Amino acid sequence: MSKRRVIPGFGLSMGFSITYLSLIILIPLVALFLKAATLGPAEWWFILTSPRMIAAAKLTFGASAAAALVSTVFGLLVTWVLVRYRFPGRRLLDAMVDLPFALPTAVAGITLTAIYAPNGWLGETLAKWGIEAAYSPLGVFIALTFIGFPFVVRTLQPVMEDFGSECEEAAATLGAGRWVIFRRVIFPMFIPALITGFTLAFARAIGEYGSVIFISGNLPMQTEILPLLIVSQLEQFKYEAAAVIAAGMLIVSFVLLFLINLLQRRLSWQNR
Amino acid sequence: MSISIQSISKSFGAYAALEDISLEVPDGSLTALVGPSGSGKTTLLRIVAGLDFADPGPGKIAFHGEDVIDIPAAKRGVGFVFQHYALFRHMSVAQNIAFGLSVLPGAARPKKTEIRDRVKELLKLVKLEGLDLRRPHELSGGQRQRVALARALAIRPKVLLLDEPFGALDAQVRKDLRRWLRVFHDEIGLTTLFVTHDQEEALELSDQVVVMRNARIEQVGKPQTVYDHPRSPFVYEFLGNVNKLHAGKDVRYVRPHEIDVLFAAEFDPATDSLARVHHLFSAGPIATLTVKLGDGQFLDIELSRRHLAELSLSVGDEVAVRPPPFERGQS
Repeated sequence: MSKRRVIPGFGLSMGFSITYLSLIILIPLVALFLKAATLGPAEWWFILTSPRMIAAAKLTFGASAAAALVSTVFGLLVTWVLVRYRFPGRRLLDAMVDLPFALPTAVAGITLTAIYAPNGWLGETLAKWGIEAAYSPLGVFIALTFIGFPFVVRTLQPVMEDFGSECEEAAATLGAGRWVIFRRVIFPMFIPALITGFTLAFARAIGEYGSVIFISGNLPMQTEILPLLIVSQLEQFKYEAAAVIAAGMLIVSFVLLFLINLLQRRLSWQNR
Repeated sequence: MSISIQSISKSFGAYAALEDISLEVPDGSLTALVGPSGSGKTTLLRIVAGLDFADPGPGKIAFHGEDVIDIPAAKRGVGFVFQHYALFRHMSVAQNIAFGLSVLPGAARPKKTEIRDRVKELLKLVKLEGLDLRRPHELSGGQRQRVALARALAIRPKVLLLDEPFGALDAQVRKDLRRWLRVFHDEIGLTTLFVTHDQEEALELSDQVVVMRNARIEQVGKPQTVYDHPRSPFVYEFLGNVNKLHAGKDVRYVRPHEIDVLFAAEFDPATDSLARVHHLFSAGPIATLTVKLGDGQFLDIELSRRHLAELSLSVGDEVAVRPPPFERGQS
């Protein structure tokens, strides 16, 4: 590190970064794992393989992935509209995208429940079709779609603005129709950014608590999510069990995010 | 195929980008649209390509007599090359060039082997053999531009449109590519319309120069004609260096190479003015001399270095300068 550098302040900024990351991320995580480590492997195994835990994990990761995927598809569409077209109210629409960021998640949860409950605006119609939106896994999915959506738009927007529309125009002069342009030019161009957006929405959804607990109904084995399982352990003063669930969740999340990151690196390398 | 543009206008809100433009681009010619930025040249090119739409009205754009104004860009059959290449970065060079053929609908699409042969042929044409598997980011600017050209030519376009094709390249590559394009155009003989803001490029490269200014066409003609007989002071000043000489209310335009420099002893009061050497610059094939006239005006003069050496001038010397005989239509 005694090598001379052109950009000054490496020692200071690096030291600060490490201290800061330790304080806000590393130390709490270590504390979590230490707490979880007070239980032996047998108890870890027992907690992590209990049917209720497995059901909650399936719902959490499954609904999060599905919600992130839907957010990605529609996020692409919305970003497209915001970046490529000029129309009255565009700024308003643009600002609206951020609302799920700003709204307290509990408010979002209660609102969504009121709308999708069997006697709510949309819930009523869906109920006629025999679809139960609130108090079902579908409800969890709806809440997670709501909170994950802005991540996709905000990741994609600067990239799309940067690209401009020349490639699309080039494809058009070469005889490509709209669908072909989307499938063969736009979509591949934005894959790396789409994956980043997906990852952020997915990660956010896994940890989401506030909006989900109102709409899901929290039935064990059916609509219970992992964060809720952790809270219910805490309420019973089972701190170690809560720590074990959290640690298990973190490990799975970390592995998933790591794999997605690898995939994205490969693709963006090809895409350069 | 010839391109015929008739009374095309285009406005963006209250701003007029093109006002009643009419222009004939002869079959097989290389025509340059040149003008300062904001003069409307790129807008005109984009309208010919179908990437922008002219204002509704009597305007017409015809390729070889056939009106194309209602034909969308995808079916118009133009080859368009963008300033920043607009290559598909997730595709190899070969895939980029093959794109236009591979998106043709079922029956019209050539077989895979035919596409491959056509790509080979085009790579050879633009002198990029062996680079078919590279990605655009692995190529130099000049190579990318040639890939973009090959891609545009793959669809056998009726006309070729180039938007500032050399704008993003370094000076040397620019010069080489410019010369190459001229030879290339003569080989394939495709009607080509290109946009540039560089007058030197327009004059050197084209058969026909179209000078644009403020949404209108200022002058159309052969490079030599437009250069030697500019129709307006704007064209005079835009196409190359020029001295503006004020004599009372009149303004006379004289190009720096049109002025003779003589020894002060050879001064002829009928045609010459006396001046003092103000600055000398001779690092290049042509020497530039700045002289100060008796009335305080400065005059730039270009002369061969040999001539300058014969005169053996230094700053402060007195010389006689002789502008060309006065022509009508110059003031």
